[in-house]
Amino acid sequence: MSAADIKLPNAEQLLNDLAQKIEPLLQANTALVGIQSGGAWLMHRLLVLLADSISTHAIEHGTLDVSFYRDDFAQRGLKSETRPSQIPFDVDNKHIILIDDVFYTGRTTRAAMNELFDYGRPASITLVALVNRGGRELPIAPQIVGIDVPLDAEQNLQLLQHSNGTLYLALQPSLSSTPSSTIKTDSHE
Amino acid sequence: MNNPQLDQDGRLRHLLSIEGLPKKILNQILDTAESFVGVAEREVKKVPLLRGKTVCNLFFENSTRTRTTFEIAAKRLSADVISLNVNSSSQSKGETILDTVDNLIAMHADMFVVRHSQSGAAHFIAKHVPPHIHVINAGDGRHSHPTQGLLDVFTIRKYKPDLHNLRVAIVGDILHSRVARSEIHALTSLGVPEVRVIAPKTLLPAQVEKLGVHVYHDMKAGLKDVDVVMMLRLQNERMSGAMLPSAQEYFKTYGLTQEKLRLAKPDAIVLHPGPMNRGVEIDSSVADGAQSVILPQVTYGIAVRMAVMAMLAGGQSGGTQS
Repeated sequence: MSAADIKLPNAEQLLNDLAQKIEPLLQANTALVGIQSGGAWLMHRLLVLLADSISTHAIEHGTLDVSFYRDDFAQRGLKSETRPSQIPFDVDNKHIILIDDVFYTGRTTRAAMNELFDYGRPASITLVALVNRGGRELPIAPQIVGIDVPLDAEQNLQLLQHSNGTLYLALQPSLSSTPSSTIKTDSHE
Repeated sequence: MNNPQLDQDGRLRHLLSIEGLPKKILNQILDTAESFVGVAEREVKKVPLLRGKTVCNLFFENSTRTRTTFEIAAKRLSADVISLNVNSSSQSKGETILDTVDNLIAMHADMFVVRHSQSGAAHFIAKHVPPHIHVINAGDGRHSHPTQGLLDVFTIRKYKPDLHNLRVAIVGDILHSRVARSEIHALTSLGVPEVRVIAPKTLLPAQVEKLGVHVYHDMKAGLKDVDVVMMLRLQNERMSGAMLPSAQEYFKTYGLTQEKLRLAKPDAIVLHPGPMNRGVEIDSSVADGAQSVILPQVTYGIAVRMAVMAMLAGGQSGGTQS
């Protein structure tokens, strides 16, 4: 199946759907955390889309760069570009809504959860993904999903950002032949 | 000739000196260190990157601060750490350096942090070790002290992010200082347009201008309008013969006082690699004053050393892929 055969959904529409699904979860003691880089973009957009509820409940937010927790560090080393994780609130007893762009193997989520626990002990973590592409390798799955798009292992779906800030999905050349390649290139910023 | 510090894919394999490192690698170290600063502010100040690895601090020359910060850096990366003060162990019984290293490799050490009074000691060890072992130079003779140079630049960048617009003065014993050489290389490679050295003629290496610096012998002229003042320690233990009249005389001419610091820009920052000789190269009121960033340097030093170790240790087994 070539890239041209797949009709990719509209990321902006999916984002609006996600916002509606997330809204009922927002309450006091909730915090939004986006995984770099696509999850962080989505989180910042959700802050705007859900601004009313967020200010009502004084909801805090942060970002994670899971580079230091990845399970393929020994093989791949560090990315050429890491960004500081920023969790400027107390994680203890928070209900964390963890946001990623494309859910694939579950390894990024595993890394993100490990990192979050080094900040404190959250009351709960809810995983949100814009797209679930199938192919998970761990007993981890998103509770809230924009859309399911089953893809083959060699296909590399990425969330990208236009210069005006709007988001779109694209199939990129595969970075590696191994199925656990959820590594994101850093070219899209 | 190929660069012993990089592997065939251009990734950092050993850190021996700042000379010869591409700007891209220097920036990658500094950017990665930025991410490690936050780790120290968390509840759990550790990341699992070097879990199962053994880092061996091989100190043939004493340096409590450097050894301690390397130890903390390795531990925050979850490595196991062994620190050896070799002058007080086997070497005094006649074992050669390479025998010491081979024995530690037989004990499955993965990384060596080497401090030695002889220039080139870390290069010598790096040439000898098998490909999966990494070497970090933690100071060799008068030659180089790359992590100190990097942490100084990192500290400067924290306070003065636009390196392309800075005037930096390095003051003191340039001749005996491996730190000064590393600093000069790091600053000029990262695009600092004006680096000055201020020292008496007897404490400047011959042809120092060739490093791309402006030479001053007078503090008043040299400090005028600088953004950053990097003080060096007067290396008493390296001083032989009568290069200087006396410590008091030196302080009068080249010691940094509040009065002299007022010649620099009002928001200038003051760095010192430590340990300080208060009242010799720096006055206490400056060292403890509002413009001093000497203690932040120590804190950032850990993040920079974590970044270097993390970059060296990753990407081994599948190295050529991607």
